[in-house]
Amino acid sequence: MPLPIGDVIGLMVDNLKKRKTVFPIPRKRAIEWANGLNIPEGGKTVIYTGSMYQLLPYMIAAVKNMELIEDSFLGKFVFMGRFFNRMFNVSAFVSMPKKADVKRYKQIVYNIAKLLKKAGVEFGYLYKKELYSGTLAYDLGVDDAFSLQAKRVYELLKENGVSTVITVDPHTTNMMRSVYPTIIDGYDIEVKSYLEVLAAIDDFQPIHSVEKEITVHDSCVYARYESVIDEPRQLLKRAGYTIKEPKDNKALTHCCGGPIESIFPKMSHTIGKNRVQQLKDATNGGAVATMCPICMASLKKASGDGLEIEDISSFLVKAFCD
Amino acid sequence: MTKVNPDFIKKVATSEEFNATACINCGVCTAVCPMDVELLPRKLFRYALLGLEGKVLENTNVIYQCLLCKMCEENCTADVHIAENVRFLRSYISKEVFKL
Repeated sequence: MPLPIGDVIGLMVDNLKKRKTVFPIPRKRAIEWANGLNIPEGGKTVIYTGSMYQLLPYMIAAVKNMELIEDSFLGKFVFMGRFFNRMFNVSAFVSMPKKADVKRYKQIVYNIAKLLKKAGVEFGYLYKKELYSGTLAYDLGVDDAFSLQAKRVYELLKENGVSTVITVDPHTTNMMRSVYPTIIDGYDIEVKSYLEVLAAIDDFQPIHSVEKEITVHDSCVYARYESVIDEPRQLLKRAGYTIKEPKDNKALTHCCGGPIESIFPKMSHTIGKNRVQQLKDATNGGAVATMCPICMASLKKASGDGLEIEDISSFLVKAFCD
Repeated sequence: MTKVNPDFIKKVATSEEFNATACINCGVCTAVCPMDVELLPRKLFRYALLGLEGKVLENTNVIYQCLLCKMCEENCTADVHIAENVRFLRSYISKEVFKL
């Protein structure tokens, strides 16, 4: 028996309304990636993480528990979890992350900020004030909760004098660039992915030579929603990597299965395995570059240890940074 | 048995988001769908256009199984906003069934 959809969505939406994120994590955990980077607080241009990379270790842990109760009678009791979660943060107990995952995803955002700094981009960060974009509520069709969150984010940006945001993941990019303008009158925030920002800086050149074949896994959202297709390839090529393409690529990329993982974990895993096979077929001892935290988690899970899969920033930082 | 729900037809017809009337029933969307679920998305939209609310609701699982990956939309020659249409149905279920 699948998980009770209404209760699972309800739990996440309750969190979003009450705790301003679908998976509440300690604020200090969400911002600790910036330690040591001396990024100023606020500013007209800010890096906006939407906590997507930081949330992933907690989501991985939660999904693992969901898998245990999927097809079990315990699934019927999710409504009780939702009831108690309204009073205290039950989701924190079911999503205790692995330290290695926390470290891995934190490092990715750190690397992205490091690349931007190295390229001479001036930006600030909203630290504890930064909010989740609401992307999961939007995808699940919970429009009222999403709209509330989108307005909270816009107000936050206006209150802090932000006019340009540099995003680090495709989902936050899509929400802030293409969806918010459809529901917020007068929305006037310029939104760019860090990949677009870096690719546009011609004199941002590598300082180390790298020799490796990298198979590119395009995110559906970057490729088909936001047309971010050439930029990651330009950057990898500029870095010195040899690019390999899987059978389904660019605008016809194959989904990683991640978007349905919170409700249908097993089915999501099957889609991920199908994609991993395509990536393996294209990769000859090289590695796979993802550009979305959800893709990375889904593909790593589906591949086991059989394939080197890393976020694109991990490859770029080796070539462009000290 | 299922019965046509005129209110559902009206909601679908007046929605700014749901544009499955443009569908030419070629079936390419189903053929390229990585989920390999026969109902997605063409038949599902047909139920919605016909006002068969019961048929739509009994396939709630399928509606949430859609990845919103837009592989179908990329291949659609009739410019149907498939992902947005699926989101419309989810929004309907969220409000009418889950009361969210």
